[in-house]
Amino acid sequence: MAAVRLKDLAQKEDRLVAGHGMCLGCGIPIIFKIILRATDDPLIVTCATGCLEVCTTIFPRTAWNVTWIHSAFENAAATAAGIEAMYRALKNKGKIPQEKKIKILAIGGDGGTYDIGFQALSGAVERGHDFVYVCYDNNVYANTGGQRSSATPLGASATTAPAGTKSPGKIQPRKDLTRIMAAHKIPYVAQASPNKWLDLYNKAKKAFEIEGSAFINVLCPCPTEWKYEESQGIKLAQLANDTCVWPLYEVEKGHFKINYKPKQKLPVTEWLKSQGRFRHLFKEENAWIIEAIQAQVDEEWEELNKLAEM
Amino acid sequence: MKTLKPLNGNQTIAEAVRQVDIDVVAAYPITPSTAIVETIAQFKADGLIKGEFVCPESEHSAMSVCIGAAAAGGRVMTATSAQGLALMWEMLYIAAGLRLPIVAAIVNRALSAPINIHGDHSDTMGARDSGWIQIYSENCQEAYDNFIQAFRIAEHPDVRTPVLVGLDGFIISHSTEIVEIEDDEEVRRFVGEYLPIYPLLDTSRRFTVGSIDFTDYYFEHKRSQIEGIENSPRVIEQIGQEFGQKFGRYYSFFEAYHLDDAELVIVVMSSAAGTCKEAIDELREEGLKIGLLKPRVFRPFPYQKIAEALKDKLAVAVLDRSSSPGAFGAPLFTEIRSALYDYEKRPKIINYIYGLGGRDIKVEHFKEVAQNLVRIATTGKIDSHVGYLNLRE
Ligand SMILES: Cc1ncc(C[n+]2csc(CCOP(=O)(O)OP(=O)(O)O)c2C)c(N)n1
Ligand code: SF4
Ligand SMILES: [Mg+2]
Repeated sequence: MAAVRLKDLAQKEDRLVAGHGMCLGCGIPIIFKIILRATDDPLIVTCATGCLEVCTTIFPRTAWNVTWIHSAFENAAATAAGIEAMYRALKNKGKIPQEKKIKILAIGGDGGTYDIGFQALSGAVERGHDFVYVCYDNNVYANTGGQRSSATPLGASATTAPAGTKSPGKIQPRKDLTRIMAAHKIPYVAQASPNKWLDLYNKAKKAFEIEGSAFINVLCPCPTEWKYEESQGIKLAQLANDTCVWPLYEVEKGHFKINYKPKQKLPVTEWLKSQGRFRHLFKEENAWIIEAIQAQVDEEWEELNKLAEM
Repeated sequence: MKTLKPLNGNQTIAEAVRQVDIDVVAAYPITPSTAIVETIAQFKADGLIKGEFVCPESEHSAMSVCIGAAAAGGRVMTATSAQGLALMWEMLYIAAGLRLPIVAAIVNRALSAPINIHGDHSDTMGARDSGWIQIYSENCQEAYDNFIQAFRIAEHPDVRTPVLVGLDGFIISHSTEIVEIEDDEEVRRFVGEYLPIYPLLDTSRRFTVGSIDFTDYYFEHKRSQIEGIENSPRVIEQIGQEFGQKFGRYYSFFEAYHLDDAELVIVVMSSAAGTCKEAIDELREEGLKIGLLKPRVFRPFPYQKIAEALKDKLAVAVLDRSSSPGAFGAPLFTEIRSALYDYEKRPKIINYIYGLGGRDIKVEHFKEVAQNLVRIATTGKIDSHVGYLNLRE
């Protein structure tokens, strides 16, 4: 791939423009400004219900400079499948010229992807529709005020799994959706984060270019629900990589490749102490949770390394 | 060329789908509509359908695929029954709210629990406020004819509203009749080409579909959606006439059977109307002035036309194949009773719930209804407004 310069990317037309209502410091616009630059083809975007959808399309305004549709919370993948099926049908019937290339992008939050929309996503990629699905994983139902999702990590406090005098917050570990998507054996699966913008860009580009279903899971810092100072989002994402809480890797035709290995793997406490949602973990009685988180991160990192060596 | 074919209801729907130059079919199997989906899949496998056939992992996704496909810009259909329609419920409103002209064949079946696979109207009646146009069929021929017309109605620029065509589970879906199947080319010409207004696939324009409305726009948008279905009666009538001129079978909002001079009337939809006609023939021979009004279109409800047809009668029994627990009678009854409210002279009117879970309704049951109507007409007294037919109590 030819070298990509940030300067050149910045020159490209924005497909998600300023004026949306996302919070100061939110990771979502950063992520999608990069992803939407990774194809020059005409693009149709469908969003699940969530922060991105709500904040960008309050009628009569829209922040989308590209053809866009929202249908419901749990069906972004099925909506994309329908668009793609129609695209194929009209091409076969000669109503869309053969040479015309349109890309289809479905977007969901972790709630819309790991939880309520999981069945539709699993079904759509099993059927092999030619589309890209991007999950922006902020670990929580942010749009509705911070309820737990199956992406909420062990020990985080969420409004439906709150820390309290008798509870250390969420007591279940998160679902490993990226691995689950890899188990679907689709052409391309990747995990990315906005701090490594070039890695994210390259992954999105690959996903758009590959024929068939592609899935990218992107860690999305959310100052409002993670409870940190707004300017720190990108640093936090880097910390997620350096603690191996959120490793960067891709799975292409079944082969695992780790895209970033920290020179020095940092302890998870660095990650946990950076956000208010984990504050209660530093009470004495919750020390076991921190140990459990560290053990889980270590185990998963080791497993990922083994998979990448295979 | 028109041909006569022995087909069951499911097969007639599949035939219609093959003939209308469908672009995308997305459907999930459920008894008794499964054969529609299977037959379409076979048509696709044999190259008889050029469009795409998508077999999603649920009915919720089937309707979501229909929505994506219709918004992308083309002709779309699905088929389902009972639990499948219930699982689509959220998406039915979205299809209607986004003004997407999707057409669905609903093989009517009872809703669980208790689970049951047989025909009643609880599924589509539950969806009566979803914004879809609802058309019901008495037999296989009507199912075929209604389904073809449904595309014209749904896609009409003044309507742009999804349409569902109901046919009774098993009684119609699995019963073979001799059906007049019209010439492929003639059907294609009748249905015509669909011209979407804002197809997503026209990427030369950039627009946002399905944005969020708060208190300052939602109401207006809903009002304009209602206008679409309010525009449809004119279109339904015109297309029913046009269909008749072309193929010889005319359609309107309801069918009248010995209605003009009738003093007593039974109102019943779908397959039971066939049995009711038998009963009316026998009762007429016995000298009873009784007739049948068979509604075809339930949404938009042709309240004025039906009220005009019933206002001078002595007594009317409305038969519903669904229940509305806790309501004053079942859906068809409440509509008709309400439609008659403004008339100073109006008939006595009662409701019967019949046939839930596929329970048979026979000539003798219609005769039982007729006896009650005679009693009400002569005494002017109604014992009970809502009763149940052929039920052990
Ligand atoms: C069927 C349904 N259930 C619940 C909701 C309410 N709801 C809307 S968005 C949302 C959470 C979204 O969470 P996520 O997908 O993580 O996106 P985020 O808000 O974090 O961007 C919920 C629960 C809904 N719109 N539809
Ligand atoms: S709540 Fe979080 S994810 Fe949602 S807009 Fe605000 S910062 Fe972004
Ligand atoms: Mg979220």
